[in-house]
Amino acid sequence: MTSLLQVDNLVKNFGGLTAVSNVSMHLDNNELVALIGPNGAGKTTLFNLLTGVIPVSSGSIVLKGDDGTFALNGKPAYRIAKLGLSRTFQNIRLFKNLSVLDNVLIAMTSRSKEGFIASIFRLPSYYKTEKQLVEEATKLLTIFELEDDMDVLAKNLPYGTQRRLEIVRALATKPQILFLDEPAAGMNPEETANLTQLILKVQHRFHITVLLIEHDMSLVMNLAERIYVLDHGSLLAEGTPDEIKANHKVIKAYLGEGE
Amino acid sequence: MKTNFKYNIIWFIIMVAGFYLMNTLILVGVINTFIENMLVTIGINIILATGLNLIIGFAGQFSLGHAGFMAIGAYATAIITQTATTPVGFYLSVFAGIVVSIIAALIVGIPTLRLRGDYLAIATMGAAEIIRIIINNMKITGGAAGIFNIPQLASWPTVYIMVCVTTIIIVNFIHSRGGRAVTSVREDEIAAEAMGINIFKWKLAAFVLGAATAAVAGSLHASFLQTISPNDFGIMESISILIIVVLGGVGSITGTFVAAIVLGVLDTVLQDFGALRMVIYAVALVLIMIFKPSGILGTWEFSIKRIFNRFKRKERVEQ
Amino acid sequence: MQTVFQQIINGLSLGSIYALLALGYTMVYGIIKLINFAHGDIYMLGAFWGYYVINVWHFNFISALLSAMLVGAASGVIIEYFAYRPLRHSPRITALITAIGVSFFLENGMSYLFSSNTRDFPQIIKQVNYNLGGVLISNIQILILVTACILMVLLQLIIKKTKMGRAMRAVSVDPDAAELVGININWTISFTFALGSALAGAAGVLIGLYYNSIDPLMGMTPGIKAFVAAVLGGIGSVPGASVGGFLIGILETFFQSIGLSAYKDAVVYFVLIVILLIMPAGIFGKNTKEKV
Repeated sequence: MTSLLQVDNLVKNFGGLTAVSNVSMHLDNNELVALIGPNGAGKTTLFNLLTGVIPVSSGSIVLKGDDGTFALNGKPAYRIAKLGLSRTFQNIRLFKNLSVLDNVLIAMTSRSKEGFIASIFRLPSYYKTEKQLVEEATKLLTIFELEDDMDVLAKNLPYGTQRRLEIVRALATKPQILFLDEPAAGMNPEETANLTQLILKVQHRFHITVLLIEHDMSLVMNLAERIYVLDHGSLLAEGTPDEIKANHKVIKAYLGEGE
Repeated sequence: MKTNFKYNIIWFIIMVAGFYLMNTLILVGVINTFIENMLVTIGINIILATGLNLIIGFAGQFSLGHAGFMAIGAYATAIITQTATTPVGFYLSVFAGIVVSIIAALIVGIPTLRLRGDYLAIATMGAAEIIRIIINNMKITGGAAGIFNIPQLASWPTVYIMVCVTTIIIVNFIHSRGGRAVTSVREDEIAAEAMGINIFKWKLAAFVLGAATAAVAGSLHASFLQTISPNDFGIMESISILIIVVLGGVGSITGTFVAAIVLGVLDTVLQDFGALRMVIYAVALVLIMIFKPSGILGTWEFSIKRIFNRFKRKERVEQ
Repeated sequence: MQTVFQQIINGLSLGSIYALLALGYTMVYGIIKLINFAHGDIYMLGAFWGYYVINVWHFNFISALLSAMLVGAASGVIIEYFAYRPLRHSPRITALITAIGVSFFLENGMSYLFSSNTRDFPQIIKQVNYNLGGVLISNIQILILVTACILMVLLQLIIKKTKMGRAMRAVSVDPDAAELVGININWTISFTFALGSALAGAAGVLIGLYYNSIDPLMGMTPGIKAFVAAVLGGIGSVPGASVGGFLIGILETFFQSIGLSAYKDAVVYFVLIVILLIMPAGIFGKNTKEKV
């Protein structure tokens, strides 16, 4: 079987503490998968390992993407991002003092071919690439109804819009896999409903794989095709939403023993 | 495309007009040698401070070693033009200074740019001191006494043109793909890396570009003042450049121009006060940090495009 | 062998002065995460104070030392109150630039008031050299070493045994939690500045005796070297600062003795960069990383 992303026996130790132990998982093309688990289960750590923010202690991460097969463990985060893994952050990390447009343009940097000499001397090719980049960014922002806020500084956007912009920014890197870290955190039910629609739209329109961490169970059960449950750093269960709902181990992990 | 061309032409006209204005004022005698010296010093400081602002204000890397790179340019010019006393020799020396300072910036930057904030400041300051101490102990640089009788091959037109050229390069860089990458590093390193930006490469790019322009300023300094010694390029000089950047606004090139001009004029007016002048600057620096840490202009920039747009909007409203 | 011992003696004397200064850096950094750039200038103030009281009021060594410590402590507290306290919640770079401004202010202010000329420090203690098996040691070197050691032991006692010392340690670990349990943060920080600056004032008088000459810019280079010592020992660590100070002193005299005295400062900066890169936590420090 050839999965888009194959993770085997992933381990992360912080000193004497094992934050992620022997996690094996896979993501297939154009799939929407959720990663759930109680607080402190190691979900964000797992995200950080997969996207190269922190180095893995052992195990392997292999991407079989459009451009070939790559081992991701040991690669720096920016290389992994270039290979097609993009993400959002639990505690929103936008470029706060830059405009919405700049936030998106920055995510296109590594794909752009604009040369140093051309931009320093403002050669015609500079104007051409700039125009193309801005057009592409505008198109993307229009899809997510952010075109009117293009010149607004990211820090001045309302909270929900900031979350939306973070997703747009992640998409601007043209990822094959999109990692969403608690996209619905801090949202009211209406905003969460809108977000659900948005994520589905992203998955279908851009034909990408989505892995999301979420605590909002209604959102997870509505969206996810498959669910991984993480507890104390190791995988507790894997299955469809219905299977997970009926899994005793999962219920125990969430509600505690002795009930 | 056409509108872009329009803005570039306007900027070009402003620069040429400025040149002819100064030229005329010198010819009629409004600008005497005294004022000319002041203007040249301001020009050199603008080059130094815009380069440092690129490193501190846009890339967010706090460097306290700018004077070290300035020293490299100054000594390159002093040494080369002593044997090659021609304008060609001067430009050759500027080029040599740029090359050597780029190499030095790579040697200094590759290890130290991994450090964060205040540690980077101390490390770059140490590196600049090492450069100064090496110059202090070499024969070819004249040791602690320095070099004098450097031929004056750079007059105010050279300085004026160099200010324009270095500013255009830095501003154009800021408004390009590289500039955006560099600013994203300042904003959030982790997010920038997750967006595929090689943060280390871009930090280094800003650092090297800033160092190269500092070398140009050093060359002009040596050629115009005709005397240099290692003590001209110590920590105090780095701090003086920092003061211009901070007063003008960290992240505003316009602010750097304003601060360099204001301080340059003040310097001349307060020339007789010596140490008191530095006391005033020190107090001003502390007060600015406490009451307006973003500097005079913050991150505001003068833009012809914006003025035009406002103009157009007004017309539309009136119609 | 004799020369090695001789260099160690010289290195320890110089190193004890760096150690006294490094303690101030490390305490202040530990508590408010600021590189107090002006710390070296407090040492300069201490030296100038010593110069004046000895020359004008004919103080003896002990009273000059103690009064210089008081002056140092007072200036440290005043600087913290006016320049650093308003910036306590600002970015660290803003605070660092302020510290540079304060340093610039003290150096140029003193140059303005007392001219930038070098002055001879009055020799209140007549230098006597003792010959211990070929190794020369002067009474001034012994005095510096003993004074520095006494002060370091006192400091350690204050930090470990007193209520204020406990408050200092608490604030350096977690200021918010310390405030919640009823510690007066402002007092504690002022006290830290007073302690560190008192040591710098003492170091100023000692260096005056040792080198015989003082000037308004004398604090700059030793200040930076002492900071290097603090980093070497592990910034935030009190024993680390002492050890780091002695190590830097010995390193410097070693390079002097092998004929590279022109490069002795460069070596210290080089050590700084290497330490920051290879073991940023220093000998006694702890490492921390940003949470994502």
